[in-house]
Amino acid sequence: MIGTRTQQRNLNIVIIAVLCLGAVLALGPMLYMTGTAFRGQAYIQEIPPRFVPENPTLENFETAFTSRNFGRAFLNSAGVAVATAGLVTLLATMMAYGFARFNFRGKNLLFYSMLGMMMIPGVIFIIPQFMVARTLGLLNSLPGIVLVYTAGPLAFNTFLLRGFFENLPRELEESALIDGASPLTIFWRVMVPLAAPAVSTVAVFSFLGAWDEYILALTFLTDADVRTLPVAIANFRGVHATDWGLIFAASLTAVIPNVILFVVFQRYFVQGLTTGAVRG
Amino acid sequence: MQSKSRTPEQQTTASRRNILRPGRLHYGWYVPYLFVLPGLLLYVLWMLYPMFYQFYISFFDWKIMPGQVSEFVGLANYERALADSKFWLALGNTVRYTAVTVVGQMLIGLTIAILVHRVVVGKRVFRAIYYLPVVTSWVVVSFLFQYIFNSGRAGLINYLLLDVLHLISEPISWVQRPETAWIIIYSLGIWKGVGWAMIIYLAALQGIPREIYEAAAIDGADLWRQLRHITLPLIQRTSLFVLVALVIGGFQVFISVFLITGGGPLGRTEVSLSYMYNQSFNKLQFGYGAALSYILALIIVVVSFLQMRVFRGPEVEY
Repeated sequence: MIGTRTQQRNLNIVIIAVLCLGAVLALGPMLYMTGTAFRGQAYIQEIPPRFVPENPTLENFETAFTSRNFGRAFLNSAGVAVATAGLVTLLATMMAYGFARFNFRGKNLLFYSMLGMMMIPGVIFIIPQFMVARTLGLLNSLPGIVLVYTAGPLAFNTFLLRGFFENLPRELEESALIDGASPLTIFWRVMVPLAAPAVSTVAVFSFLGAWDEYILALTFLTDADVRTLPVAIANFRGVHATDWGLIFAASLTAVIPNVILFVVFQRYFVQGLTTGAVRG
Repeated sequence: MQSKSRTPEQQTTASRRNILRPGRLHYGWYVPYLFVLPGLLLYVLWMLYPMFYQFYISFFDWKIMPGQVSEFVGLANYERALADSKFWLALGNTVRYTAVTVVGQMLIGLTIAILVHRVVVGKRVFRAIYYLPVVTSWVVVSFLFQYIFNSGRAGLINYLLLDVLHLISEPISWVQRPETAWIIIYSLGIWKGVGWAMIIYLAALQGIPREIYEAAAIDGADLWRQLRHITLPLIQRTSLFVLVALVIGGFQVFISVFLITGGGPLGRTEVSLSYMYNQSFNKLQFGYGAALSYILALIIVVVSFLQMRVFRGPEVEY
């Protein structure tokens, strides 16, 4: 929007002021959490509340990692999230390419069924999924939860990548075919590298989805040695009194990968999110 | 997969126009399935089959303990759901949560997007800061908001309202009453989602040519009119996308309620998914839970469909 020049200058100042205020609201709770994580015993909150603790300490982090299988949960979550990200990315990319470039029996039916499934909340099928997992002996199994985590976001990511593949020119594949490449070689050597930005987006989002998932993990993984990070954090909450310093030290540990991935892949985050929007 | 039997000439003639064109089977009928099948298997096993299986379960008094027999009860679970006032309360709560947080996220998200779009310094930094809550996990931010809204004078919000702003005379026990408990849940929903709406709107705003605004300014249109008559109409499709996506997201509200209020006090802050989950996995009434899931899924699909029909107006172009 454009106004006169003085209007413009005043407007710029107002905009920055409002955005800074908003940034405080957006970031404040996170900073408060960070401060609490570095405080000592935090069963009792201080008055007035402090964002920067008086005597910062790593005590809470030590307690977290030495108690109640937290370290184990961290590794479990890392393994599950990496495996899920790899599997979702591979399978969604293959499916998307299949949908974008080939015709086959049942294609439309399958595609629209997946499209419809995107609207439905992830936990809505938790009952039958639980029964299936139990029948297959996949309760309390990390590979089992990886399969459930992979199936959930498959539809959305296939949809996202299909749009990307459809916008790539066919000439590249056609010339690769002339050179005698098989469909699989073309897919792997030509299309996947070209789709790398979209594929990375899918990998990052599916990693975070699995890393943060709580309800399925709470329901499917009840043994202490297969617990994942969100469940372990929730278990730090006491029945009567909660050691908030401990909770937030654990939380901060869990959030760090999110923040790193976001900072490193910021461009892809924006692209991945807006692909769907632009396609409407 | 390499079709070694083909001669180069065959490949060349087949390729130029035909091979990758849908419908021509020069690559062997099985090739498409190679791409689709691995994902399809997982999708069928964990999504499609459960969808039908759930429908089946919903007609039974489903028992999960070995040796117990599940009794066929016909539509009894659905009848029970229709008469279950707690379910309707939870569903009403979900709808209210969705309405409040979707409006909040869209208005604030659009406002921030317009400001970030126009800001002269630190655009990327602001964008990153506002988006940060979106990438943090629901579990973490649920505990964070529970902590911020702690009862007693030491809770951050109570402290701000009482000792800094002097708006209240004594600390509020936020989770003790449903009205104040909802404030926690609503504000968390809006706080966590605003960044997403902002990113989407920002992308849409960046797609509007600057010349339009310049021309409007020359014609004497003030900022409000520029917003009203240029920006809003041109981002209409984006708004529809944001609306539909946020409504779907709103109906998924679960973890924040589950962890912050646990549905309490007295089930007054229960939402539809938490109610379904508790009926199934705490009360072990899986047949009833399955019926509730089906009703919810149906509502969500119908609502999403209606939104797309009702709000998809004529497309505005520049």
